[in-house]
Amino acid sequence: MSQKKAEISKGVDYILIIVYLVLVATGLMAIFGVTYTEGDPVVQSFIGYKTDYSRQFFYACISLVLGLFILLTDSKFFPATANLWYAGGILLLLLVFPFHSSVKGTESIIRFGGFQFQPAEFCKVTVALALAKYLSDPELDFSKTRSQLIATAIVMAPAILTIFQKETGLALVFCSFFFVMYREGLPAIILVIGFAIAALVVATLLMDKNLLAVILTVIAALVVLFSLRQIRRDKAVLVKIILIWVLCVGIQRFGVPFLFEHVLGKHQVERIYSTIGKEIPQEYLKGNMGEIDAKTGKQSNTADYNVKQSKIAVGSGGLYGKGLLSGTQTRYGFVPEQRTDFIFDTIGEGFGFVGSITLLGLYILLLFRIIRIAERQRSTFSRCYAYGVASVFFFHIAVNVAMTIGLAPVIGIPLPLISYGGTSLLTFTILLFILIRLDADRQMVLR
Amino acid sequence: MSVFNKSRSYIIRIIFLSVFIVIIAQLANLQLVSNKYLELAKNNAVFQKIVYPERGIIFDRNGKAVLNNTIMFDLMVTPAEVKNFDTTAFCNLMQIDTTEFRTRIVNAIIKNSRVRPSIFHSLLTPEMQARFEENSWRFPGFVLQQRPVRTYPFNVGAHILGYISEVDGKDIERSGNFYRMGDYVGKNGLEYSYERVLMGQRGVQYMIKDNKNRLVGHYENGEFDTTAIAGRGLKTHLDVDLQVLAEKLLANKVGSVVALDPKTGGILAMASGPVFNPNDLTGPEKNRNYAKMVLNVRAPLLNRGIKGRYPPGSTFKPLGGLVALDEGVITPAYGYPCGGGYYACGRRVGCTHSGGGHAANLRLAIANSCNSYFVQVYRMAVDNPRIGNMRKGFEGWEDYMHKFGLGVRLGVDLPSEDKGNIPTIAAYDKEYRGAWTSCTNLTLGIGQDKMLATPLQLANAMCIIANKGSYYTPHFVDSIDGETAADAPILAKYRQKHEVLTHISDTAYNAIINGMNDVVTRGTARVAMIPGIDVCAKTGTAENYTILDRRRIKLKDNSMFVCFAPKDNPKIAIAVAVENAGYGATWAGPIARILMEKFLLDSLTNKSKADLERISNTNLMPSYYDRLQYVTDSARAEEMARIRKDSTGLRRYLKGGIKTAPGKDTAQAGNNRKPAPAPAPKKPSALIVFMTEDRKYTRPVTVFEELI
Repeated sequence: MSQKKAEISKGVDYILIIVYLVLVATGLMAIFGVTYTEGDPVVQSFIGYKTDYSRQFFYACISLVLGLFILLTDSKFFPATANLWYAGGILLLLLVFPFHSSVKGTESIIRFGGFQFQPAEFCKVTVALALAKYLSDPELDFSKTRSQLIATAIVMAPAILTIFQKETGLALVFCSFFFVMYREGLPAIILVIGFAIAALVVATLLMDKNLLAVILTVIAALVVLFSLRQIRRDKAVLVKIILIWVLCVGIQRFGVPFLFEHVLGKHQVERIYSTIGKEIPQEYLKGNMGEIDAKTGKQSNTADYNVKQSKIAVGSGGLYGKGLLSGTQTRYGFVPEQRTDFIFDTIGEGFGFVGSITLLGLYILLLFRIIRIAERQRSTFSRCYAYGVASVFFFHIAVNVAMTIGLAPVIGIPLPLISYGGTSLLTFTILLFILIRLDADRQMVLR
Repeated sequence: MSVFNKSRSYIIRIIFLSVFIVIIAQLANLQLVSNKYLELAKNNAVFQKIVYPERGIIFDRNGKAVLNNTIMFDLMVTPAEVKNFDTTAFCNLMQIDTTEFRTRIVNAIIKNSRVRPSIFHSLLTPEMQARFEENSWRFPGFVLQQRPVRTYPFNVGAHILGYISEVDGKDIERSGNFYRMGDYVGKNGLEYSYERVLMGQRGVQYMIKDNKNRLVGHYENGEFDTTAIAGRGLKTHLDVDLQVLAEKLLANKVGSVVALDPKTGGILAMASGPVFNPNDLTGPEKNRNYAKMVLNVRAPLLNRGIKGRYPPGSTFKPLGGLVALDEGVITPAYGYPCGGGYYACGRRVGCTHSGGGHAANLRLAIANSCNSYFVQVYRMAVDNPRIGNMRKGFEGWEDYMHKFGLGVRLGVDLPSEDKGNIPTIAAYDKEYRGAWTSCTNLTLGIGQDKMLATPLQLANAMCIIANKGSYYTPHFVDSIDGETAADAPILAKYRQKHEVLTHISDTAYNAIINGMNDVVTRGTARVAMIPGIDVCAKTGTAENYTILDRRRIKLKDNSMFVCFAPKDNPKIAIAVAVENAGYGATWAGPIARILMEKFLLDSLTNKSKADLERISNTNLMPSYYDRLQYVTDSARAEEMARIRKDSTGLRRYLKGGIKTAPGKDTAQAGNNRKPAPAPAPKKPSALIVFMTEDRKYTRPVTVFEELI
């Protein structure tokens, strides 16, 4: 037995495990800070499984046990079964459609007995594995467009299924896998184009339609002017420029309105407009949205309330914060969903700027450690998987924190390892511990 | 390949790091730079619960409470908690219909949001409160909230005490945001003047609330709480028994009574007719009663003691005599051969007496109230050869008047005092284009022409005569409970003696005082005689006019009376005005006598008891008011109909009226539902009904609703 134990711990990256444990403990403390009612016996209610923090405590215990099991697994198991897992994940996602139970507007949860399960969460792991498996194929030439498209399809298939389950936030997480592809040789231009389109969409929302069209035209004209020589040599350049211009104006004129009128739901439109701080235009209004508030004479935007309260909570923390259990915002329920999506408020209010920076520092440490681990892998599979983990973590952390402080629209994705919720904690634990397992065997070349 | 892309690892790291830097920058902005969020958090979670102190009580000179505090109840609703609700039962209980119920709930939500309690029905009647309390378990979301309310145990003093009501936007602005919405503030009378003393100091409790606005406990264990300090009481000079009597005497009359203590300037009683019960302006019927009174052309809300502008008439004569004596144009022995009128200016000023030497000297002239004598004396004073210039003479005369407190505000501790009118040179210059002499305005000598005075000013002038030239500014409040140095400025001006006319010789004063005594013993005011007490008095019967239906009409004379007693040690000075009642001695005189007897003897003689009954039961309400009410209401109704072209209010009423009572005119139909507040004008106007209809729900469901 003792021999085996020595084998398990061999090569394990302790820094990662310590950071993981600290983060889980922080999460427990934060949830405790939100949901503890004064006068309850602390120890008893921690064991009692009646309160949220006690449940989270049990989830943490289960996660640790699971993590241990993963460490006991042979590292070859993961590349070998990656595609199987992926297929299983997709199958579960499909099963959601007939068997889901509707909870709080989402249709992504399967429930059997007292147990809830969200396949979309689980798919993060399977996609990371499957993508790594695909990219690590030694016969693959990733510079070919065909292989790039296949990789994209692997990532986007569960994303699209998730969108149909009205979990746009989770679907967006899958976009983070483009970081992995980029690392493995996806042309940078694709990322640049992605960013450009995003910038164009934001500009469309912020600016007047006609003004933006004029600006785009002027830019196109300038580009034509500066590349006159190339155009003289090759007329195709001019055609390209004009096509890009037509595409941009098309997106701005028809694409974005189409997106807002037909694709996005009521709350999503509200949230996006609440983030950019503008009133929702008449043509995007849906249902009873955008009613004029009697008191302020402004549009009442329910999403606005959440972000405002959340900003107030974080902002009122000051430099050192009010202390755990002393935050008036988070303690008295002003911030909605504060155990889950807005858990960062508790840290921000309770521990102030110093506390927030410390937490973010821990996350940066985690991310950079993962990237460092990725770069020291000899096997492509491990490296790709590590980048997958880093990307998923990064996307969750960045978007979650940004939304609590009003930098991003509110999309309901949890803060890794901190937010309340069993599925989320288990998913991130699995993601991380598979990485640790792979890393422990970094001397082996896996396929 | 992986080696080739190694640099991309750094790019990814840079992207990660830059995103984190943006986040940290925003965090720094939120948490370190801006203070706003901290304050917002405080507002969010800490509720400032205002604890209202008990308002100060006002006592009379004998320590009886003229007004007091009591508790009434507001019905509060928290719309979010109104669930599983039996609306019909509730509406039956509260006697409202379901539409009304819905409107009020919606209003509450608009005003104060869904989760905060707002007033559903303010100041329940005791029976409604009892009914609600019995059934309250059936109506979640509704609770009773205590509200301190004023009561007036003697049912008197409405005009002088004023009333309190909720602050409006202007009050808040004026006070520099000291008051907050929902505060009660004195709106008139002593409640207004002594607001800062009476209100006490609000307490603030900082309570922690949760997101549903439930109060969870004290913030920081009450470290920042301040306790409420009850308002302080006021001890006044008022004699509440006298006040009761005065108001009783003025029942169904238009006029005023003011009684002063010459020694202190304290106001013993001040009544104004038409009188009303101050309790009408508290409690649930408050708004309705107020609206009724506002629309009444008899202006019951007007405090005629300080706002009534009356020509003093003959009551002015003692003052005119004093001015002439002091100017040295006459001596007490001066006589005027009055033959029943004054003709020196080419037009006749009539006198009720003729011949018989009724104006052989000053004393006799006062006793007999000779018009010719005092017109002559006025002209002599203005055309004083020593001054040599009529204008300068008039200026001097005006100055005397101001010293007597006429034509200036006295500075009583009530708001919006009127200053009466002493015409200026400029006023005559304007009217007569500079061409005027003492003949032009000779009736000023008998208290007519443009001279107007308030009863308070007349009573104060009596004090000056009784005190032989000095007076204290008339005031109500004697002292403040627990008075400190900080309160000194409030009352200082009432404790300072004004020696305005002490330079007039005692001989002059004695001549006038004796003359006024003669008025009672053998002159026009024998009705004011009190056995055992030397009363000095002067009657007045002042002509007055009004414009009605574009015609200037002469009204019945005002009955005026001024007096002080006892002659040698004056304890009370009274001025009485009863509008359009006739001779001064007929109505005003007996009123003054009854009050003097009550105050000086503490009991009434049999004669006075009989008079009290007779006077208080007599209706002297001038008849032209009925016509005036009708004219005013019609004009107002027309105006309202013009403004409200839409289908609301009046139009619905008129429609309903036509439907219910074919053949009758619409106004009468309106009147069937609720009697018009004014006692039977010829055609009761629909408007009164409409405008006093501030609580529509009390209206029973009538035909016109079926019509709609």
